[in-house]
Amino acid sequence: MSGCGAPDQSVVLEGVDTTTETVLSGKVFAEGAPVGGAYVRLLDSTGEFTAEVVSSPEGDFRFYAAPGDWTIRALHRSGNGQALVSAQGPGVHAVEVAVA
Amino acid sequence: MSRENVLVSAAWSEENLEAPGVVFVEVDEDTTAYEGGHIPGAVRIDWKTELQDQVRRDFVDRAGFEALLSAKGISNDDTVILYGGNNNWFAAYAYWYFKLYGHDAVKLLDGGRKKWELDGRPLDKDVVERAATSYSAKDQDLSIRAFRDEVVAAIGTKNLVDVRSPDEFSGKLLAPAHLPQEQAQRGGHIPSAINVPWSKAANEDGTFRSDEELKAIYGDAGLDGSKNTIAYCRIGERSSHTWFALHELLGHEDVKNYDGSWTEYGSLVGVPVELGSGKEG
Repeated sequence: MSGCGAPDQSVVLEGVDTTTETVLSGKVFAEGAPVGGAYVRLLDSTGEFTAEVVSSPEGDFRFYAAPGDWTIRALHRSGNGQALVSAQGPGVHAVEVAVA
Repeated sequence: MSRENVLVSAAWSEENLEAPGVVFVEVDEDTTAYEGGHIPGAVRIDWKTELQDQVRRDFVDRAGFEALLSAKGISNDDTVILYGGNNNWFAAYAYWYFKLYGHDAVKLLDGGRKKWELDGRPLDKDVVERAATSYSAKDQDLSIRAFRDEVVAAIGTKNLVDVRSPDEFSGKLLAPAHLPQEQAQRGGHIPSAINVPWSKAANEDGTFRSDEELKAIYGDAGLDGSKNTIAYCRIGERSSHTWFALHELLGHEDVKNYDGSWTEYGSLVGVPVELGSGKEG
């Protein structure tokens, strides 16, 4: 698969084999700027909770998942938001989530 | 058992930060969270280095718990309010641990650190010093703690509630997907266990679901209210969260937490292990 759904290859992940691992990696934004301290929840295709991490001061988060359709939901004191990501295979899949 | 006896809200907590006889305690796996900002006046307990024996695989003993609480400035008469990250996993573990050593006046801050932060409530980095006390603990209350032989004997007779994620339950993974995979020699679950991930008991802001919702969740999953229950996970912290829901919120009388959990059971020689979702037959 290629085109707009292709994983972003610009992200370098040390020690992670991106030819076999399915990595969902991204940033949380509020009013256009990255926000840290957001609670980022990984939900599976049925909406079931799978994992939760807190975004770094630069707004970054990362999950090690399996290929499939995922919802990434972010909670922050400034608001909530979510984004869908369709990971069709191993590699780094970039996603941005805006909270408002 | 009523909710007010075991849970406090973030709003109540903010109003009672300086209330006499109330001590806030943050319990985390990631202890840098506390250093980055904590509830004003809260002391910290390190789940790994302060609650676990550093040589044997077990808890600190009664004398060790007494020394720890004395050094933290917590007295027998204090009401302890526990909170932490990871949806209160380690705070719930500490809650169970305080109960194990007979400290009755202990409550969880509903939603823990997440709810506090999402509400935009104050955090500070002040160093908290409390005068040392002379804390006296009781012997462990083993009516709430299960050991491995009891767990093996419970197969097919008691409710076994595996609160790990479906992929850990089925044997695909040995730890949650965002943590290092460690320790157990085999994947899978204890035969006859039902799988009710801990997260079912929590709302997205980390607070516990209502009693009605909790009853429906465990009832629909096949928990038999007429039987005694043992909850387990990987290392006993997520199952403390479910133990809290079943024993403290729903008032089920005989509920034990198996703190050895999968890291022990999945390494035992000769015990039965089941793979898959457990729903096939």
